[in-house]
Amino acid sequence: MKAFTFNRHVAALLLGSMLIGASPALAETVLHRGNAGEPQTLDQAHTSINIEEFILKDLYEGLTIYDAGGKIVPGAAESWTVSDDGTVYTFKLRDNGKWSDGSPVTADDFVFSFQRVEDPKTAAGYANILYPVKNAEKVNKGEVAVDQLGIKAVDARTLEITLERPTPFFLELLAHQTALPVSKASVEKNGADFVKPGIMVSNGAFKLVSHVPNDNLVVEKNPNHWDAANVKLDKVIFYPIDDQAASIRRFEAKEMDLVYNFSADQIDRLRTAYNSQVHVSPTLATYYYAFDTRSEPYSDVRVRRALSMAVDRDFLAKEIYSGSQIPAYSMVPPGIESYGEPSRADFAGDSQLDREDKAVALMKEAGYGEGGKPLAIEIRYNTNPNHERVATAVADMWKNTFGATVTMVNLDVSSHYAYLQEGGKFNVARAGWVADYADAENFLALSVSTNKTFNYGSFNNPEFDALMKKSYEERDPAARSKVLHEAEALLMQEQPVAPLLTQADLWMVSDRVKGWEDNAANQHLSRFLSVSE
Amino acid sequence: MISFVLRRLASAVPTLFIVVTISFFLMRFAPGGPFNLERPLPPATMANLVRTYQLDQPLWRQYLTYLGNAVTGDFGPSYIYKDNSVAELIGKGLPYSIELGFYALLLALIGGVLAGTIAALRQNSTLDFTIMSLSTIGVTVPNFVIGPVLTLIFAVFLSLLPAGGWGDGSLRFLILPMIALALPQLAVFARLTRGSMIEALHTDHIRTARAYGLPPRVVVVTHAMRAAMLPVVSYLAPCAAALLTGSAVVETIFTIPGVGRYFVLGALNRDYTLVMGTVVLIAIFVILFNLVVDILYGLLDPRVRHD
Repeated sequence: MKAFTFNRHVAALLLGSMLIGASPALAETVLHRGNAGEPQTLDQAHTSINIEEFILKDLYEGLTIYDAGGKIVPGAAESWTVSDDGTVYTFKLRDNGKWSDGSPVTADDFVFSFQRVEDPKTAAGYANILYPVKNAEKVNKGEVAVDQLGIKAVDARTLEITLERPTPFFLELLAHQTALPVSKASVEKNGADFVKPGIMVSNGAFKLVSHVPNDNLVVEKNPNHWDAANVKLDKVIFYPIDDQAASIRRFEAKEMDLVYNFSADQIDRLRTAYNSQVHVSPTLATYYYAFDTRSEPYSDVRVRRALSMAVDRDFLAKEIYSGSQIPAYSMVPPGIESYGEPSRADFAGDSQLDREDKAVALMKEAGYGEGGKPLAIEIRYNTNPNHERVATAVADMWKNTFGATVTMVNLDVSSHYAYLQEGGKFNVARAGWVADYADAENFLALSVSTNKTFNYGSFNNPEFDALMKKSYEERDPAARSKVLHEAEALLMQEQPVAPLLTQADLWMVSDRVKGWEDNAANQHLSRFLSVSE
Repeated sequence: MISFVLRRLASAVPTLFIVVTISFFLMRFAPGGPFNLERPLPPATMANLVRTYQLDQPLWRQYLTYLGNAVTGDFGPSYIYKDNSVAELIGKGLPYSIELGFYALLLALIGGVLAGTIAALRQNSTLDFTIMSLSTIGVTVPNFVIGPVLTLIFAVFLSLLPAGGWGDGSLRFLILPMIALALPQLAVFARLTRGSMIEALHTDHIRTARAYGLPPRVVVVTHAMRAAMLPVVSYLAPCAAALLTGSAVVETIFTIPGVGRYFVLGALNRDYTLVMGTVVLIAIFVILFNLVVDILYGLLDPRVRHD
């Protein structure tokens, strides 16, 4: 009997100590992150989509990174200097920068990583993002040897990158997922398997624990990360849910803290039920109509402006997209740090009724529409129910305002873009552009006369071209921004492209999640987030 | 019996060969390729990719290479899920599909046969009509409707079960997807059983058994059931093959990490090798289960003999 009580005491003690020992585990903070699909790869050389980007940027850290607000800040590089002519960048890596296996992150790792991306044998899908680096394009095309790439390790902590020409947005490019480093030692040892759980060595705030394709991907805090003391989450679980309705149900069942992308027709219902947990965050993507400036009447700026003014963008945003997109009057979307407020079209401030009056007058002056030459317009768009609804609405607006006859043609997405990019003739065509990097140049360069692929309407304006050229040569960021604003103002005056909508990213962010900031770059590193119970 | 099994297995080889050949070429005749994306890749990138994956070789050579590799169990790299080979993807996903599919099959078979038998024994009663109406609904309502409705009720409103995911693989994660997967098949089994059971109950040997004064339980379970099972068993083969190789719809709705979705995703993305891999997998399952069913036939029906 005595022994029995003793045993019970021991058991109680053991149990107690187990509970105390277990308490840190109980307090483990886990972020359940709904990701809009299964990553196709975790290899920086092959990645191309943002559901991979979210994971990769938690695992790895590039020379520069985006902070919680979407601003470029130092990442694996602690600081850098730029040569006077803007073509040589010298990066100082962090002394305490380490891989998850404890080995130091060296300049050699970056040289190896960049060479690997440009090596034609790697067949990297986004190799062109680093084409501003000297010889990158030639290396990638197999014209010169890989070691001719303009990147070298001065010493273990100093990295020097030489560019083909000044590239004012180069620091943005370095924050792209393709520019994330790999551990040279690990890739050389493991080959293509370096991406697998248990093998992967990473230098970001988190390290890969496990991955069950189509179920979940678990990363946990990397104690070797230089800023580990400020990383609040112990674990992040990414759930690859490509069915948008399913991801919302899992959010509603409180299984997810974050959900990325859901159907726009759910916005009203979700707002009623979840209020501030619904985030509609304008992103760096523009939905626009291009005019074919090669032929009458679209070669006439008055016709282009009149047609653009007559489009009621508020109607498109509210009625067709349920408020999930924002009316646009500028080609460059708002939210680019280095650019500030874009230059909007001069009619942006007018009411829609005033715009229509002006549009009718302009069209009359050009000699088209009611009382003038007949106006027959064909709108081309890629097959998609929303694009069809937009085209139908715009056709109606043009019919009502100018008495135009409007027809519509649609092709599947690849045929539509192939037709435009190969220089096919058209009247008005739908197009969209999603930023590769957060810089105004990425949107404005689409309309430069030498851009054979993306200047669908063959807009050719020497003054615009000259401003763009000047922007590449301008070294002072403020002056460069001013030149780009002038270029955009001119573009909006000319309207070879009529921006209609700024697209938005849709997120459900649970009240549990702290540290979340909506930003146009759609950058949300888990290391800046935390969860509360 | 053994020689029958061996003969059938041997005949599976040419069948598989034909399936592989037809799907290989059909896949290539579809417009577009794995690297044709919404935003076109720069020509240099495209050239690098096409060369790396040997898509620049003549089609007949690609076909021979594929066949040669497939014989050794190498089904090539996936063009879309670039970190994995097709064999790895299927190897990782198949156990989940088989486990879920097995439970669903069990539920469908037991539930369906039970419901069908009860309906047959109470032919034209209210119970019969209720069971048959429910099974009509089961057949006609697709599982992409059943799935979300189940989740809304049991996960969102009642918070009793998880809304999706495999979790730790415990039963609570499997209940909803299992039901969504099983219901349409359960309904088919119920209808088949009812029909053949009614027929069996009217045959001479059952009348004889009844005349001998055998208890109704014995008559139904031992004698009628055996004859009534034949159509059920023949449906078992395609049903088992379909359930065990996963369902794209159910896996997508419940985020189940199985192989069902690969067939659809592969086809949509022109992931040639992934589609081929799933086609071969499904073909193997169909062949195997047809064999199993033929053997079961021999056991159930004394008129069928395999020699």
